[in-house]
Amino acid sequence: MIDPTVVNLSRLQFALTALYHFQFVPLTLGLSFMMAAMETVYVITGKPIYKEMTLFWGKLFGINFAIGVATGLTMEFEFGTNWSMYSHFVGDVFGTPLAIEGLMAFFLESTFVGLMFFGWERLGKEAHLAVTYLVALGSNLSALWILIANAFMQDPRGASFDPHTMRMQFSSFGALVFSPKAQAEFVHTSIAGYVCGAMFVMGISSFYLLSRRHREFALRSFRMAALFGLVSTLAVITLGDAAGREDYLVQPTKLAAMEGLWHTTRPPGEPWSLIAFPNDATRKNLFNFSIGIPYVLTPLVTHTFDQAIPGIAALKIQAAARVENGIQAVLALQRFARTGDPNALSRFKFYEPDMGYGFLAERFAPEQDLAKITPLDIHEVVTRTARASIPNVFVEYWSFRIMVAFGFIFLVVFAFGAYYSLRNTIEKARWVLHLAMWLIPAPVLVALYGWITAENGRQPWSVFGWLPTFQAASTHSLGYMIFSLLGFACLYTLFIGAELYLMFMYARLGPRGGAARPVPAAGPAALEPGNAARSWQ
Amino acid sequence: MELYAILKLVWALLLGVLLIGLATMVGMDMGVGTLLRLVGKNDSERRTALNIIGPHWDGNQVWFILGGGAIFAAFPTLYATSFSTFYIVMILLLFSMILRPVAFEYRSKVDATRWRETWDWAFLVSGALPMIIYGAAFGNVLRGVGFHFSWDGQYYQDQSFIWYLLNPFAILCGVLSLSLSVQQGGAMLMLRGEEPIYGRAQYYAVRAGCLAALLFVIGGIWISFMRGFAYAGPVDPAMASTPLAGPPVVMRAGAWLDNFRAFPLLWLVPLAGLLGMLGAAFSLKANRPTLGWWLGVLAWLGTIGTTGVAMFPFLMPSTTMPSQSLSVWNAASSAYTLGWMLVFALVFVPAVLAYTSWAFWIMGGKVRTEKVAKSDHSY
Repeated sequence: MIDPTVVNLSRLQFALTALYHFQFVPLTLGLSFMMAAMETVYVITGKPIYKEMTLFWGKLFGINFAIGVATGLTMEFEFGTNWSMYSHFVGDVFGTPLAIEGLMAFFLESTFVGLMFFGWERLGKEAHLAVTYLVALGSNLSALWILIANAFMQDPRGASFDPHTMRMQFSSFGALVFSPKAQAEFVHTSIAGYVCGAMFVMGISSFYLLSRRHREFALRSFRMAALFGLVSTLAVITLGDAAGREDYLVQPTKLAAMEGLWHTTRPPGEPWSLIAFPNDATRKNLFNFSIGIPYVLTPLVTHTFDQAIPGIAALKIQAAARVENGIQAVLALQRFARTGDPNALSRFKFYEPDMGYGFLAERFAPEQDLAKITPLDIHEVVTRTARASIPNVFVEYWSFRIMVAFGFIFLVVFAFGAYYSLRNTIEKARWVLHLAMWLIPAPVLVALYGWITAENGRQPWSVFGWLPTFQAASTHSLGYMIFSLLGFACLYTLFIGAELYLMFMYARLGPRGGAARPVPAAGPAALEPGNAARSWQ
Repeated sequence: MELYAILKLVWALLLGVLLIGLATMVGMDMGVGTLLRLVGKNDSERRTALNIIGPHWDGNQVWFILGGGAIFAAFPTLYATSFSTFYIVMILLLFSMILRPVAFEYRSKVDATRWRETWDWAFLVSGALPMIIYGAAFGNVLRGVGFHFSWDGQYYQDQSFIWYLLNPFAILCGVLSLSLSVQQGGAMLMLRGEEPIYGRAQYYAVRAGCLAALLFVIGGIWISFMRGFAYAGPVDPAMASTPLAGPPVVMRAGAWLDNFRAFPLLWLVPLAGLLGMLGAAFSLKANRPTLGWWLGVLAWLGTIGTTGVAMFPFLMPSTTMPSQSLSVWNAASSAYTLGWMLVFALVFVPAVLAYTSWAFWIMGGKVRTEKVAKSDHSY
């Protein structure tokens, strides 16, 4: 018997550790490229200010990078420690991109990051630049392989189930790597990282401009960041649209939840909902309230004017049929596993495409055993399973909308920033500076909403259509989970405290301050921007 | 031999290489972390010690990550079962491993004694604890672990974690592993450090090497009498990878020596280990840190190799359901996966070794205390 509390705590732990880790990754992706760009300008023009820029942003990069690496370790091990069935079931496929990521990308990034920080005096200008580019390349390659792995969970390709080993076996490397889902996710996610990096640099530069310090440094950093951010945000929005279309094609339940579609759409007039309050219990919007823009949804999602998008009601009916088949598939598989009966195997083969839905039904079967389902309760098991095949609509709908809304806000801020910066009047446009400064953490939070959209929308599956999350967890006791959750909570809280403290301190010290002398004894006074600023000027 | 069986065998060897790489490179950094408070009596000495491995700890740590990733990809059932079964210690290992990068990056960024002292203790914990756990994991696997599988491949744990946390043989292996890492870390400190760090590192590294040799001999004798595992009949190495339908396995005392009895040449492996430990101790004593460092690698090779040879083909035997013991033959990935992974390993492992060596060469030479204090990016 699987204990639902343990599964939920395992999910909580994974979600919290992944979200936590993902606070630091986008900044690494973005800052590494921005540093490479700054250093390129330094090598080409020979102007020392660009070296100063590379060094200063590199210092903040380092503070962020360390904690990103540290929390990434958790992710690599958590599949094994908390998702044993998942690891067994798809390890043959899923392990490969993870291992390749380590071999191809992580080694590159981590070995050269040491040289990047310590090698300034030992390497020539060009060699050091190459090292910086290798760090950026490594971190982006790392994202590529991780997202290939993640795409397999969303849209499993390149593998098939083998009843002899009771797991999915790898059958096509090409199909895994060139999965359209993986490509769409990779470009969207990594460029979202560039947006985070750009906003970080632009925001801190704005802070200097507002407090009239490090003027030349800040103006140059600001311009680079604004242009980089503008291009990146445009790309993220376009590529996000491509990612959404992939959801429509391969994860209809995710798309329906994202758009809050209780019923199948009527093209072409169907509005794109802007504000509604989906209620998962009653399966309609609160007060039946919804504001939307007509004629937008169909072309937005399907890229046509006449294709209907299936709604949740229709998807549940489809799921119900698959659940009935799936129960037969799992029962046959179980019999084959126990007796080796070839008839059971051929029966399983017949129902195989729906096997995952059979596993999904186990949770609602009497004593979690499909064999104990009687004709009296089969209807209820099927209905409950079909209902469970839909992700939480409220969470999906709103995390998606928050992400999109902020994407457009960033676009506006970067556009104005770039405009005023290119006209050399940015110091007068103080509202842009204020906005950019306050928005520093926003792209990171929005990236987290993107992660929630992607992963909440995948539920109730660990591997979409094949392995339910409920079955995927390790069979731990409650005590184990409390132990690890408490540990993570304490450690991670300490880390984020130390991280923010150092980030604020070094950002406030500014480029020359951080470089010339060690930091004075830290006290609350150092956190006052005025004090730190005065002491370094 | 069928291709699939050869692939499994190759990956078992590669797993060994990875574990040795991990032990050498991560172990070295852990050794420095453990010794930090002993070789550095004041802040500037400690900073110097940290900056000796400063440019490399991050790259070295990837061996640890890759170790996890490669076990996941090449032996998924082993990954799922061992990481979950050893949950409490794996989580402790993780906690200490994630403490370390943060300690490196944050320790010297604030000039306050309490802040730095706190991180120095973090280095001790995050250096010593993982190495003890690493060694203890080998010890526990040698003793066998209580687990079984249900029909769908889900593992179930049959033993409380107290059992593998507090058992004398595992603790012995843990201390052995810690000693080897102190020896390796000491060698590195000698390579790039000057007096007084050099002399203190030498003091501890030489003693650690001798202790390791002693523990290795005791452990070897212990293993000879310990309950081991063996397949009761012939096994098809190319069998489908599932622990559910394996041939019967027997448990008997002394079974871990079967491979040595069958192929006496294999005794060279533990001999190499012992030679490595004692040789390293002598070389370090004789002020030959480079030689000592490489003999330290040999020591790890001998230690991990001995475990591998003794257990082969088993990876993680089950005491409660011996026939479901995980072995190289029944816990591996499909031939397709192993083949692709081999292609990537053949291309990238040499590349990694090449640029890692280059990085060490670029950063070679003594690390001077005055320079550390001046440099902007020092730890």
